[in-house]
Amino acid sequence: MTYRILRRGVHPAEAGYWLALLAIFLVFPTHLSLATTALIFALFALSYDLILGFAGIVSLGHAVFYGVGAYSAGLLALGGVREPISGALLAGLTAAALGACIAPLVLLFDGLALMMMTLAIGVIFYEAANKLTWLTGGDDGLHGIVIDPLFGVFRWSVYGYTSYLYVLGWLFVLFVLVRTIVGSPFGAALQGIRENTTRMYLVGAPVRLHLFRVYVMSAFVAGIAGALSAQTTQFVGLEVISLDQSIDAMVMLVLGGAGRLYGGLIGAPVYIVVRDWASAWNPYYWMFVISALLIAVVRFGRRGILGAADGLADAARRYIARGVP
Amino acid sequence: MDKAVSFLSFVILYGVSYGLVLFLISIGLVLTMGLMRVVNLAHGSFAAIGGYLCAFLMNRYAFPYGVAVVASVLAVAALSVPIERVFYARLYGASELDQVLMTVGLMLATAATITLVFGPDVYPSSLPGVLARNIDLGFRTFQAYRLFVIVLGVALLVALWYVFDRTSFGALVRAAVDNPSMAESTGINVKLLFSATFALGSGLAAMGGAIGFAMLPLEPLYPFKYLTLVLVVVVLAGIGNIKSSAGVAVAVGVVDTTGRYLAPTYGAFLIYGFLILVLLLRRLGAPGRGIA
Repeated sequence: MTYRILRRGVHPAEAGYWLALLAIFLVFPTHLSLATTALIFALFALSYDLILGFAGIVSLGHAVFYGVGAYSAGLLALGGVREPISGALLAGLTAAALGACIAPLVLLFDGLALMMMTLAIGVIFYEAANKLTWLTGGDDGLHGIVIDPLFGVFRWSVYGYTSYLYVLGWLFVLFVLVRTIVGSPFGAALQGIRENTTRMYLVGAPVRLHLFRVYVMSAFVAGIAGALSAQTTQFVGLEVISLDQSIDAMVMLVLGGAGRLYGGLIGAPVYIVVRDWASAWNPYYWMFVISALLIAVVRFGRRGILGAADGLADAARRYIARGVP
Repeated sequence: MDKAVSFLSFVILYGVSYGLVLFLISIGLVLTMGLMRVVNLAHGSFAAIGGYLCAFLMNRYAFPYGVAVVASVLAVAALSVPIERVFYARLYGASELDQVLMTVGLMLATAATITLVFGPDVYPSSLPGVLARNIDLGFRTFQAYRLFVIVLGVALLVALWYVFDRTSFGALVRAAVDNPSMAESTGINVKLLFSATFALGSGLAAMGGAIGFAMLPLEPLYPFKYLTLVLVVVVLAGIGNIKSSAGVAVAVGVVDTTGRYLAPTYGAFLIYGFLILVLLLRRLGAPGRGIA
């Protein structure tokens, strides 16, 4: 398997992907709320890809940043800061600041100990959100979040037109940002750390500093994803900061293909659509589907949908090169 | 004074019995993590299956409690062998992410199967009359069940200590935990040892689930719900450290019970704060090394 470390140019399929997201707006105008959820999760999975896929940090507590972003955005709106874009940015910065506080603690560890550390931090934040009812609403959550029209013009309708395009805009901007980060020498260093940490130490790379930076960046993007969920659903529930949420992000990312820019962007919509379809059948049985997908991903190599697509494309190329028999 | 006695007896009876159930459920994970180096997040599934099976045999076929417990333990141990061969064997030596994904997948599959068979609600389970009745200590009454769990838990603890400390099977397991490749090169059949230990650990988890169903209610998300507590025990005890896991499990049970009794609002913080502290102390005490 080869890794494209430094990325240059735009693949035609990328343009196709973003055009498809625009097309959904026109083709499925009645499914925009589901599509908006999918895009928010795509952004969350993208943030997780930064640390898991590119830097190799297996965290079980990434929902902390998503949740803190969601609560921050909700509280800002309830406190009177109703402009959506600055609200989301502030929520992202809050999550990033929290990431900067947690990162030194988490990055002391690796492997199982790191998982346990992030798990414990995640549980403590969940319990805090549950108990600090005066701040978070506890089990009931934050209700009645109202935000101003986008750019002062576009109102938030029940059909979710504005929400969808608003989230799509954020996803695109942050994706370009992440793409730039990953394609930079810094991104190459991260992938070096993922592949062989000891060797990166030996070549004199500031490993700890690199990991710290990517952790904070990832927290920022995750915080914005959480903020978007608060702003578009006008509600923040406890589940935004739960362990399930962290595991969901991991599943979505791996389903699409971890360590690929489009891993989360493909995995999240597939996951959300499958869950919606299976839940309509029976609210619990989607777990069967997801568990089968998970086991299949591990069983047939951890390369996800994108890895499988690559394999098919390679096979097709070889077939064409050989000529039709 | 009365209050203090009442409080102490509560903590001892409830905390220790709770801790011993945690011990039974965790010991399998302590072993598999130590021996196979697999982060088995699905371990709680075996406890759940054991509990459900036991309650099912009692509800449907009116099995006596003792028979139902033994039957479900044996059934889960037998079931775990093919599961280990099919799903876990390929995780030995795999990356941690692969292990997490596969075992989360298995955990979800268990939860879904339980829902399919037993429905989404808490499954009704009741203790036999002898255990359900109350014993009056004069200053406080408590269920005979708690005493039963403590006695059985301690008996199993002693039996396990004997197996791991005094028999050749125990010596083989300890050798393989300390150095798997060395154990293999001295001619120990590590593969067989893995299967046997996995079956033993799963059976003990099933025992924990079956005798603990009056404390840890049976519900589809059972494997998920008690996962964090079990992981806390495993990490605090140290990977593969069979001896200290009993002490740690009982301590976790007592601390958790005390925390919830004294400060119901902030009880949950205590355990996880303690976990973070221990991880940090261990890490700072051994620079450059993980917890293994």
